[in-house]
Amino acid sequence: MSPRVIAFVAFALTFTSALALGAKQNHTQAAVPANNTADQKQYVQSQNEGERVFQQHCSRCHAAPDSFSPRISGTIVRHMRVRASLSQHEEEELLRYFNP
Amino acid sequence: MEPLLAAPLGHSILVESRAALLESFAPNSSNQPGYEHTHFIGLTYLQGDFVVSRHFTIVAGDYLIPFNTYNERLSPVWIGNFQDGPLIASLGTFSSGSGLGGMLRGNAIARNKCSIDYNYFYSARSGNEQFNARRGSGGRASLYLPEQRLEIGLSYDRLLQGTHENFYGGHLWWEPKNTAFRLRSEGARGHHAQGYWIEADYRTKAFGGLDSAIGRIEPVFRIQQTFRRDTIVSDSLPLVNTQRADFGLDYNLPHNVRILASYARQFSSTGNHNIWETGIVYRFLFPAWKGK
Repeated sequence: MSPRVIAFVAFALTFTSALALGAKQNHTQAAVPANNTADQKQYVQSQNEGERVFQQHCSRCHAAPDSFSPRISGTIVRHMRVRASLSQHEEEELLRYFNP
Repeated sequence: MEPLLAAPLGHSILVESRAALLESFAPNSSNQPGYEHTHFIGLTYLQGDFVVSRHFTIVAGDYLIPFNTYNERLSPVWIGNFQDGPLIASLGTFSSGSGLGGMLRGNAIARNKCSIDYNYFYSARSGNEQFNARRGSGGRASLYLPEQRLEIGLSYDRLLQGTHENFYGGHLWWEPKNTAFRLRSEGARGHHAQGYWIEADYRTKAFGGLDSAIGRIEPVFRIQQTFRRDTIVSDSLPLVNTQRADFGLDYNLPHNVRILASYARQFSSTGNHNIWETGIVYRFLFPAWKGK
């Protein structure tokens, strides 16, 4: 193996490890409603539907973004509505999925 | 850098645009010491979308040509698995990759077990520096089976200026349910050249899920071939028949950061050579205006 190959692999591994160790996860955990069973069931259904829309349409091209401001979720969902030809109902479910 | 601006207006309109800002440094040619530096700023697209329903969206402006999948769906720098696009990316996209005019798009059939999407566009000729486009028209239709996670599509467009040329394309994507395996492929045939690419990538959930240190590793493989049909060169494909295999290893860090690294071996009658590429992609989103 040539020195150039070894240097490239070493650089990639070192850089990856350094960033992986330094990074912290920042997933937004949705707060599950604790009011009553009906609310919880509705919440779970909504999440499932939103997740289905995301899996079947958005994630065909890209992975889920880690996190983003709730203030721009409407813009992101509108962008997806055009790209993936979503219905208004799917747009709303996706919005609810991002902002439970 | 590829800044993207999206502005929703009311309940049905979206104005969106993407630009490319490129600074490049390369060693001086002809054995001169030092580096040469170039920069480029250009508008990739600027379009307005009016959503009538899921079946019908009107797009006007300078839009990405919806031929096959790469140009419209995989070309954003934060989506692509490799630093560079496939060799056939320029086939069917009229050189500039964008059209100036109108497009109709939507979902023709939406069922639980299948859906069919369509696009139809017409582009006018434009010599403007930022809105360069060629006259042509075409479209794409794709069938998606949600249970199988299988997508099959066909594309066609025709250049309507200079020598009128037809371009044919087809794509097949398969992303099995409950896995992080993706298989994408497409082929295209132009007037002077044709080719195909097949790409597979995988992330394992076996060691603590996709967000674990191991689950964030994404091996990627792509194979591609191009064939010249004649020696008239009006596209960006290699001048001779070419085969290329790409081996990539991406790492998906938290906070929307990706590290891409790949090695490729390219074979052609003009010589075989290695291609090493690496890059870091950081995607961040922020509101440009006060929102609700």
